[in-house]
Amino acid sequence: MSLNDQTSSSFLPMIKRSIIATIIAFFLFLPTLGIKTSASGGVDGLFLTYRWLLLGIGCGLIFVGRIAYELFWAPKEGGQKAEKAPSSLAKALGSAKVAKTIGPVLLGFAIIFPFLPFSDRYILDLGILIITYVMLGWGLQIVVGLAGLLDLGYVAFYAVGAYSYALLSIHFGFGFWMCLPLAGLLAATWGIILGFPVLRLRGDYLAIVTLAFGEIIRIVLLNWRSFTGGSNGLSDIPRPSFFGLPFNQSENGFAATLHLEYSSMHRIIFLYFLILALAVFTFFVTARLRRLPIGRAWEALREDEIACRSLGINTVNTKLSAFAIGAMFGGFAGSFFAAKQAFVSPESFNFMESATILAIVVLGGMSSQLGVVFSAIAMVGGVELLRQLQFLKVIFGNDFDPSQLRLLLFGLAMVLMMLWRPRGLVSTRMPTVFLKDKKTVSAAMISQGRG
Amino acid sequence: MNYFIQQLINGLTLGSIYGLIAIGYTMVYGIIGMINFAHGDVFMVGAFVSLITVIIFGITGTTNIALGIGALILVAAISMIIAGVYGWTIERLAYRPLRGSFRLAPLITAIGVSIFLQNFVQATQGARVKPLNAIISGGFTILEGNDFVVRITYMQILIVVLTFLLMSGFTYLISKTSLGRAQRACEQDMKMAMLLGIDVNTTISTTFIIGAALASVAGLMYLLYYGVIDFYIGFSAGIKAFTAAVLGGVGSLPGAMLGGLVIGLIEVFFAAYFSSEYKDVAAFSMLIVVLIFMPQGLLGRPEIEKV
Repeated sequence: MSLNDQTSSSFLPMIKRSIIATIIAFFLFLPTLGIKTSASGGVDGLFLTYRWLLLGIGCGLIFVGRIAYELFWAPKEGGQKAEKAPSSLAKALGSAKVAKTIGPVLLGFAIIFPFLPFSDRYILDLGILIITYVMLGWGLQIVVGLAGLLDLGYVAFYAVGAYSYALLSIHFGFGFWMCLPLAGLLAATWGIILGFPVLRLRGDYLAIVTLAFGEIIRIVLLNWRSFTGGSNGLSDIPRPSFFGLPFNQSENGFAATLHLEYSSMHRIIFLYFLILALAVFTFFVTARLRRLPIGRAWEALREDEIACRSLGINTVNTKLSAFAIGAMFGGFAGSFFAAKQAFVSPESFNFMESATILAIVVLGGMSSQLGVVFSAIAMVGGVELLRQLQFLKVIFGNDFDPSQLRLLLFGLAMVLMMLWRPRGLVSTRMPTVFLKDKKTVSAAMISQGRG
Repeated sequence: MNYFIQQLINGLTLGSIYGLIAIGYTMVYGIIGMINFAHGDVFMVGAFVSLITVIIFGITGTTNIALGIGALILVAAISMIIAGVYGWTIERLAYRPLRGSFRLAPLITAIGVSIFLQNFVQATQGARVKPLNAIISGGFTILEGNDFVVRITYMQILIVVLTFLLMSGFTYLISKTSLGRAQRACEQDMKMAMLLGIDVNTTISTTFIIGAALASVAGLMYLLYYGVIDFYIGFSAGIKAFTAAVLGGVGSLPGAMLGGLVIGLIEVFFAAYFSSEYKDVAAFSMLIVVLIFMPQGLLGRPEIEKV
């Protein structure tokens, strides 16, 4: 009896709250789902289509979703909503032993990946894309995760790298291996150019300035037509060759020299290993840097800048080096991107790219290198999966474009992931400096200075 | 000279729009110290709601100015309500659960909300630009030179006057009402305000609602002034308005308005005298320059970092 009372007393307010949520959702959806403005082609050619069914479905989903939320996920009343303790999976991923085994296993898998039976061209392209983002993620991680400088314009350095390779190889005929360090150097220079003036800024301001910087680079690339080709971009960029052997059907091509049957897959596999090598290089450099004094200084800077300064760390040099090294890896990745596509245009370097890379770093747990790998797979692979949602056209009609839904779900995932796990997927990490014994620390502790 | 005056008028009109958006940034930053990255997209949603309401009322092309203005006030009211609901929901769902979490978390969700809103509107309203005929047309000539005629349209007068009215009302709200007092208290010290019995959550929610409502009026103005909107207008307008807020001094309301006017003028003059392609570069460079040489902005207080 008393149990019954309790359920009914919590049941009614729940329905009430759900109805309120539905009313709010009605207002939110009315001008978006409910009424659509369509152009009929006339001068003042806008008319409205009312989609009451869609609106009803949207509101109904909110109603049901709210009830489900209250029943299953909502924090119990009275209970303090503390930052969740890391789950056993996250704990396992963060611990040194597991990280030490997972790393080589993943690398081994990555190496045999192109030779697996299901690896066709599409899968390999996806693999290249994911590894590119892993590399970019590791590069940005130096700036955001280690030095704690929020950079929303990382894509600018990617763009500098890509255009450096494109311009150097088109105008001077430089090969890939010559352009690669040059592109990294140029990107690092830009990193210093950007870094120098903004060093004094605090977190959020720095974020906006870097965002503005990224946009400036993109607008300049878009409008400096004589130099960058404007919105048409630069095409016919020479492709990289295998120690001088081009990937074509000619006499001195890769296949003919090695007495293999010509296949267009050779080039893809070569590109795959190229980016894999670059990513592994990034990994090792970053992992070693973290143990050098400079890496320690980065992490100290992230925790407390004032304390850092009072301990005699040169914050200017520390920040600049983080910017420059992060930018350099961005430049490498950009250079690879241009080599792979043989075409660059400003469209590839918009803010969405920066947001994606940042999301990968943050969801990966800010300073966990393994986390970046998992979140890159989840983000890029997940988004790619959505591309396969063509069957939804059957339900929503032919106007429906799943690729629009792709970014929509991407934004939603960013929000939900942050709410669910504000510290990222792998939210524990090894302290790089330890007193007596090595132990894993929950990321939640780091900000309180207990890391 | 005439050309200069014409650009001055255009710049002030555009600056009014930026100023209204900037207020939302500056208020939110003042109270909870985060950049509400999705604010520009609330502005965009406001523009779309206005577009839909304008079409429902069928008030395009009217010659009766009084009727036109009356209808526009109604449109603005509806748009403010719906945008306010958006602002409230965003704060409630995406920011409040993360209050007290680490500093970057709400900024990341804000970026997520921004991406979501853009693509939600794109998916539901279509990606094509939405043109709208002028609602209030006409204007009068104020200067007639040999080579160039300076005109001020009724639309421009309306935008500047409406901005002025909203700003006056808003200043009154902040300086005289109990809500305004609560907001200023939260801005100074949230914990202390809480101890003194101020409902901090409600105050923050109200701040978001007011900011969103003002942004939606800016959206309506943008729609009327340019006559064309799409789902992407929130991004660049948002950054420019944020620049305006920083330029004026984050946390300072008159500063936001002043910053908006300055950014509007810079953009218009740069487009008029140098290059319209690089006008965004001018505005963004301004942001960088201001932050480097004058981090506290024109009217802001210098920020002292306490240990």
